[in-house]
Order: sequence, then C-alpha cells, then structure tokens
Amino acid sequence: MEVAYLIETVIKVVVVLLVFSALAGIGTYFERKILAFMQRRLGPMNVGPYGLLQVAADGVKLFTKEDIVPTNVVAPIFKIAPVITAATAFMAAAAIPFLPSFDIFGYTVHPIVADINIGILYILGIMGVGLYGPLLGGMASANKFSLLSAARGAAVFISYEVVTGLSILAPIMMVGSLSLIDFNEYQVENGWIIFNLYGVGFVAFILFWIAAFAETGRTPFHLIANDHEIIDGFGTEYSGMRWGLFFIGEYANMFFISFVIPLLFLGGYGDGSFLGALAFLGKMSFFFFAFLWVRAAWPDVRPDQLMWLCWKVLMPIAVINVVIAGFIMMF
Amino acid sequence: MNNEQFNNRDVSDSYFLVDIEDYPTDGWGKFKRIVKRTFRGELFVGLWVVMREMIRFDIHTVSYPQEKMPIGPRYRAVHEMKRLWESDAERCIGCGLCEKICISDCIRMDTKIDKDSRKEVTEYTINLGRCIFCGYCAEVCPELAITHGGEYENASEQREHFVDYEAMLTPIDKMKAGTQLEFEGFGAITPHEDERVKKTPLAY
Repeated sequence: MEVAYLIETVIKVVVVLLVFSALAGIGTYFERKILAFMQRRLGPMNVGPYGLLQVAADGVKLFTKEDIVPTNVVAPIFKIAPVITAATAFMAAAAIPFLPSFDIFGYTVHPIVADINIGILYILGIMGVGLYGPLLGGMASANKFSLLSAARGAAVFISYEVVTGLSILAPIMMVGSLSLIDFNEYQVENGWIIFNLYGVGFVAFILFWIAAFAETGRTPFHLIANDHEIIDGFGTEYSGMRWGLFFIGEYANMFFISFVIPLLFLGGYGDGSFLGALAFLGKMSFFFFAFLWVRAAWPDVRPDQLMWLCWKVLMPIAVINVVIAGFIMMF
Repeated sequence: MNNEQFNNRDVSDSYFLVDIEDYPTDGWGKFKRIVKRTFRGELFVGLWVVMREMIRFDIHTVSYPQEKMPIGPRYRAVHEMKRLWESDAERCIGCGLCEKICISDCIRMDTKIDKDSRKEVTEYTINLGRCIFCGYCAEVCPELAITHGGEYENASEQREHFVDYEAMLTPIDKMKAGTQLEFEGFGAITPHEDERVKKTPLAY
C-alpha cells in the first residue's frame, strides 16, 4: 500500500513536470501565433509545418547557449534565482486537480499529486515564493535595470497578494474548506461560485482574475520584466537555460493559474464525467487565451498605477465583498 | 501602381479638434472620472477589435523569399547599363557626367578615341561599397545609359558580381529578345512627352 502510493505519486510528479514543461514551450507557440493573428501577421511559419517546431528550435538554442555569469554578480544567488521561479511554479501544481479521477486498468487514478487540506492556501503561498526568483535574480545581477525590476517586483508583490488573498476569502467562507477538490464538490451541489450569494462570488471572481494577471506578470501589469522600459528586467543579465528556466516558470504559472480560476469559481471539472473534464479543459484554455488576448489589446500600466489600483480600488472592494458575504451567510 | 489617393493633399474638411474634457481638480471629480472610465467599457472595445481582426484573418504578411512586393519604377537599386534599341550598341558615350556628379566618388571611367575618332569607354566601374544610391548618375545621364535597376537583393560572395561593367550591361541575348526594360525613374523621359513638347520660340 505504502509503496504503491509512493510509486503513484512519483509517476504523477514526473507526468506533471513533463507535461507542463512541454506545455510551457507550446504556450510560447500559441502566444506568438495568437498575437500575430490579432496583429494581422502570420507568426512563426518556417520551422516545421506552420512553425510548430519553432519551440524545438528555441529549446535547442536555449540549451546550447553559453551560460554566462557576469563579473560583479553575486554568483550563488544569481545562479539559484531562476531555479526558484521554475521550481515553485511546479511545486504549486501539487495541489491542483488537473482532471477528475478516472479508472485505468481497474485502478483509480486521482490526477492530483497531493490532496492536502490547505490546497488553495498552499498554491497561493508557493506562487508567492516564486517571486523570490525575479527579486533575488534582479538584486544579484549587478545591473541597474535588474535592480529596478527587483524593486518593482517587491512593490507589485505586496500590492496584488492582498487582493488575491482577500478576494478568495468569500468563496472559502462559502465552501468552508481550502482543498480545491472540496471547492469542486461544493460547486457540483450548489452551482458555480460566480453565480452564488447575490453577486458576491462574481465580484470575487473579477478581483481574483485581475490579481492573476499581476501574479503571472502578464500584460496590463507586465512591470517586472517590462521590455520597453527596463530591457528585460531581472532577466537582462541571464542567458541560455537560466533565462529559459525563468521563462518556463512564467508560462507554467500561467497554465496553473488558468487551472485554478475555473476550479475556484467556474465549477471546476463538475461531476467527474468525461464531458465535465472536457469542459474543464475548455475553461482552462479560455483563461490561458485571455492572457494572450489581453496582451494583444491592452497597454501596460505604470507601477504606481498598479499600486493605486490594488490598494485604493481592489482591496476596499475585496474587503467590502468579504463583509457582505459574511452578513449574507449569517442572516 | 496608382498614386491617386496620395495626390489629394487637401484634407481640411476631415480635420477636427479632439474634444478634451477639463481635468478634474477635486477628489469628487477625479472619482467621477474613474467611475465613468471604468464602466464605459472602452477596454472591451480594444478586446473586440483584436478579436475581430483574428476572426477576419486578413493577414498582411508577405512571406518574403517566396513572394515579393512589386517595387516602384523610381526605385534605386543596383545600376544597369542600357543598350540602344536600334543597334544593340552600348548607349554610353563616355561623356563622364556621371563620374563628375557622383557625390560619393564611386564611379570611375576611362575613355579613348577609337579608330573612327569616336569616344570609346574602355573602363567603367562603380564601387558599390561607396555608392549611396542617390540616383544622380541616372538623372544626369544624357543618353539614359546608366540607370537604376530593380535588383535590391545585392548580397553576394563577391562585390565584382555587381560592379563589373559587363554584369551591368544588358545581355545581348536579352537585347535580341527585345526585353530590355526602359528606366522610368528620375531623369527618364516622362510618358506622352511628344504631345507636350513645344517649338522653341525663336522670335524675340
């Protein structure tokens, strides 16, 4: 029993790691293609059919590039920073149920690495730790733009984490559990959380979605590595696979957040049927697409605007939302 | 290619001043502006526009090495030396105007008097490394002999692939086939010039 559990967990970990490493690469392909189509371009076309092998070409380039550690950097921290980003992104995935449980050769598989009872808290906490990658990498790089990026990272981090935490308080109060599987079961019985409690769930959903853009550092809040202002921010001094690890971490984070949002607010995988699983993947694809869609359409905000938005607008709304949810549930 | 839409420079009737509201000074005014901007849905207009372009799929990319854009007749690429239509002989009379006008001093020519006591060009080179493709040589040439061609892909292993006089000269078989393209760029004769030409008034 114990050995079987151990083997199963190790297999799950490997599968999650491989699938999402590959998805991170394919995610860049989707991003380039969709951005190109929205701007009336073709995107990558020459490597492989419709440019599909561009990902492989990029991978080869990243792996074979020289790993440069510049003078004056704090070498140990500089080297460990990308690993933190990539590792924490995948660690956060441990508590996410990617599909409903299914039977394979008479053996029930739960596609979640560990159903821990503090699921969503663990996910958000580990994703928060992921910010140490840009922070430490930026501070250790001995580069002014990297330092600016690290400072921005810290400022952005304390802004959006408040909103993320407060916005999911109302759903947690409804469900009474932190496990994402319990969230799913609750929504099977009581309907999707965004329609629950007279719009409180909807407000929480909008707040969490906005905060997710800041969490993953996507375009309206793409401040930490803002190409047109501070070169590549924390990534300026990185080359080769270390930079690639930052990249994989960022895209894996996008995928995991895209899984978490439907699980929290949009009914997750439903009753566990095949159709429910397909719907779940569809919802997840929509949220991933939304990241790219928004990037094609909207401009970036300034760091002070993001802090203004998070502290002066979203946080009060989130607090009021929690209070209203409490009153409704009490009376 | 037609340029009609560029010729009408009178856009005065479509000009208008953008209506800019006064900036709010007090907190309540700022609050009202934020609420108005938040709920006016402008962000969704942006989202719709990019989505519409994606659905319409009206791709404007020219996949360059496979397909090429037509270039204008006045484009100034690598030079060509033309031949006379009547005799297939070289048009260049060795006057040296192009050498004289060249502002980057990249044209070099050598001439001699041949046995019929006509001027003959013995050497003619253009240093394309120095040439800035200003087009003065083609403009000044009285015989329309040196012109600019349309060959803008001038990457080669050897510079001499372009600067050689024989390489610039229209090949004789092309000339026999009658496919030499006349230069329409700056310095060339404008179309319908015969109809517009007037007699020089001699009476003072």
